[in-house]
Amino acid sequence: MSAATLYDKVWDLHRVAKLPGGSTQLFIGLHLIHEVTSPQAFAALKDLGLTVRHPERTVATVDHIVPTTSQARPFADPLAEEMLATLEANCAEHAITLHGIGSGRQGIVHVIAPELGLTQPGMTVACGDSHTSTHGAFGAIAFGIGTSQVRDVLASQSLSMNKLKVRRIWVDGQLQPGVFAKDLVLHVIRTLGVKGGVGYAYEFAGPAINALSMDERMTLCNMAIEGGARCGYVNPDQTTFAYLQGRPTAPSGEAWERAVAWWSSLASGPDAVFDDEVRFDAAALAPTVTWGITPGQGIGVDEAVPTLEQTPLEERPLAEEAYRYMDLQPGTSIAGTPVDVCFIGSCTNGRLSDLQAAAAVARGRQVAPGIKAFVVPGSEQVAAAAEAEGLDQVFLAAGFEWREPGCSMCLAMNPDRLEGRQISASSSNRNFKGRQGSASGRTLLMSPAMVAAAAVTGCVTDVRELLQA
Amino acid sequence: MASSAPFPSGPIRQHRGRGVAVVGADIDTDRIIPARFLKCVTFDDLARGAFADDRTELANAAAGPHPFDRDAHREASVLVVNSNFGCGSSREHAPQALMRWGIRALIGESFAEIFFGNCLALGIPCLSAEPDTVRALQEAIAADPGAELLLDLEALEVELESEFVGANRWRVHLDPGPHQMLVSGQWDATGQLLAHDGDLRATAARLPYLAGFVAG
Repeated sequence: MSAATLYDKVWDLHRVAKLPGGSTQLFIGLHLIHEVTSPQAFAALKDLGLTVRHPERTVATVDHIVPTTSQARPFADPLAEEMLATLEANCAEHAITLHGIGSGRQGIVHVIAPELGLTQPGMTVACGDSHTSTHGAFGAIAFGIGTSQVRDVLASQSLSMNKLKVRRIWVDGQLQPGVFAKDLVLHVIRTLGVKGGVGYAYEFAGPAINALSMDERMTLCNMAIEGGARCGYVNPDQTTFAYLQGRPTAPSGEAWERAVAWWSSLASGPDAVFDDEVRFDAAALAPTVTWGITPGQGIGVDEAVPTLEQTPLEERPLAEEAYRYMDLQPGTSIAGTPVDVCFIGSCTNGRLSDLQAAAAVARGRQVAPGIKAFVVPGSEQVAAAAEAEGLDQVFLAAGFEWREPGCSMCLAMNPDRLEGRQISASSSNRNFKGRQGSASGRTLLMSPAMVAAAAVTGCVTDVRELLQA
Repeated sequence: MASSAPFPSGPIRQHRGRGVAVVGADIDTDRIIPARFLKCVTFDDLARGAFADDRTELANAAAGPHPFDRDAHREASVLVVNSNFGCGSSREHAPQALMRWGIRALIGESFAEIFFGNCLALGIPCLSAEPDTVRALQEAIAADPGAELLLDLEALEVELESEFVGANRWRVHLDPGPHQMLVSGQWDATGQLLAHDGDLRATAARLPYLAGFVAG
């Protein structure tokens, strides 16, 4: 038995060389690019007279800037159109596969790579987007990078990296009905803090993790970065293999058997040594909602906004800033907080099972008067699968809008945004000041089912009450 | 404002410049540069986006204007911040905006990892310091915005010279790897990564997923 973690094994396998500065040159198995963080990298490549080292290991799509109403070209926004046209030209010039709008495979980069079978256990995955940690759900070492590093991967299929420590997040018990991976990860971040994971990779393990679907594992790993951990991962198991089998770019035939054997060997051994370990009990968790301006400012839906006295000394200035910005009173219950906009989607929670969970709440109910509620599938494949089982009709009948795939209102790079002081119930990942496109807009993060509950009641509501009804 | 000072190049052994303090924990990259400024295919015009929403919010506030809008900090090149600065999105647009505004070094209680790496790739050191040191620096900058900070990257010390607050010297920290990369001028990784093509081929050759899983 090996004392190595999955992180150790994958790191060692991808080590190319020791660099003069002391860092490690790490081979990147899968490089994902999109329209926002790649144009300057391609321009730098051209300036340096370099070409793309392994064009077959880079895959592109368009997600951040696409409108979710009409996706007809050219886009109404000339800047958005220029960004997509630049991506198309760069991919064509360097023979990089681009899954564009209408291809049937376009969508949020962290949704499409797994569903195409591109993301596999044991890979290193890099993308110019912090939520690349999502791909760790497959037992890959996946992390976000900046544009200079995108340039480096294009040029050399490798990166200058320093090895992280590994913290095991062990979760006992089982999530209760109405409580989801989103609630678990918000609880982990609430407990360990938004900078608690700096310098660490998070290994999520234990009975509660083993019971999660791949969609849920992706939600969990997606938000590792919100806890400061550049990557999060789950050891590959039968759930992983069952998800991958038959995907377009997953191995097949005899290679499938060999792949499963290798993937199985990657999991952290029973005597693996971790730099740190923290334990949680899934059964004790309630649906969790953020009340403040960082993803760490979360509470159970049955709790009250913490008072200053309940807040550790060093976090009080941030809490005071959050009370002011959010206009929420310390000591008052978060349940019942009125919302204006309800957004279901994003790389965190825009997959089929997320839409199913939200539809189960929306079915037979109506969006409350005055609430704008919309559903944005994470990809064209998610949209098609949801429509095949009639989820679009469930949402439309309930008064939600059913949109085209994209990043949408998770961030403000497309027409979907908050206005003024609007407050959103959002299944996305960040509640930073101004994140959703209005400099004074406010965001409450929660699971898709909780967003649906907020949409039909008009306020933050414990979804468990609706599921029992 | 956009600085006309040259961008970093070569070994980064020391830096001398005025300070500007932006106070607060967990200042994320959406605040450093709001997403609407990311609609671009070059970094050239990003200086105007630095802290754009915070600057608007503070423009007419009692606590305002934002430090980046105060005349006293117009020529500042050392940004002094608190903990977990640069958390959130991996957008390199954040350090690019700061660099194009004029920032050449940061001192803070702590930095988010991707932001730190993005700064390193531009030759901008993110030096960490004890909370007391950061507080002292922020107070000194407030008392005497014209004072010059002298950053000694080799000794990992920062010195403040001011006729108002006297002379002071503090320790700062930088992990050995990034430290060596900056002072040796080897912070631009591209050339180093291209120097090991044989090793790169050997690594690719042993990866099971690039060889039909036969090598496993």
